[in-house]
Amino acid sequence: MSDFDPAVFIKAMSRMGHNGMLGFGYDAHGPDWASLALPYRDDLIGDPATGVLASGPIIALMDMAASMACWLKTAAFSPLATVDLRIDYLRPAEPGKSVIGRAECYKLTRRIAFIRGEAHDGDPDHPIAHVAGTYMFTAVD
Amino acid sequence: MSPYAVTLGLRRDGPRIVMPFADGFMGRPGFLHGGAIAGLLENAAWVAVLEALPEDATIKPVTVTVDFLRGGTHVETYAEAEIVRLGRRIANVLVTAWQEDRGKPIATANIKMMVERVG
Repeated sequence: MSDFDPAVFIKAMSRMGHNGMLGFGYDAHGPDWASLALPYRDDLIGDPATGVLASGPIIALMDMAASMACWLKTAAFSPLATVDLRIDYLRPAEPGKSVIGRAECYKLTRRIAFIRGEAHDGDPDHPIAHVAGTYMFTAVD
Repeated sequence: MSPYAVTLGLRRDGPRIVMPFADGFMGRPGFLHGGAIAGLLENAAWVAVLEALPEDATIKPVTVTVDFLRGGTHVETYAEAEIVRLGRRIANVLVTAWQEDRGKPIATANIKMMVERVG
């Protein structure tokens, strides 16, 4: 049983910093994955001509979901730094719709966690983005 | 500038894009959030590619890969983009972000954008 509760965590996080500014909400989680929601907002538009959300907020969403996936898999909160994150945009998110980001920690080593994930705007079978990343536990000797 | 660029408080300084420090950009305690850094990097690429293209051309990000090299702290962050190749369909861009010392980058990004040229 994990002592890391993502719903409580995201509620606390959503009061501060960049996660709070973007207004992430809890969606769902499992033993090695977390899913968060990014509500659509006009001030996060990247392309005014189309109303499509910028890439930055989606990367922030996936980064947060990926970190939570790592803490769920290790069953504890410990300091974590993003080493790298790659995001492939499969199609533009539809203007007006919330983006759901789900990330899974599929491999853990002592210091490094490997994650993958997808983002969608309503239908998980039609993702808008695919993500792969590497994280490092900074408190390990 | 896009609404998101305005949200991040970005401004131009010659070839650089500058992101001010704000509490709203913080991630883990004491450090900038990777998403805010990625937003700055993406924006620098966006501005550089649009400026290199005819005015009626449009661009869309296809892949964005960010390497986080150092933790960002409570100061301004700068980003500058280098267009490695501006093709007919794809633009390959490398972007570097740094804070007080340009020799100590906090993040780099490798960004591919799809280019739509009119005519």
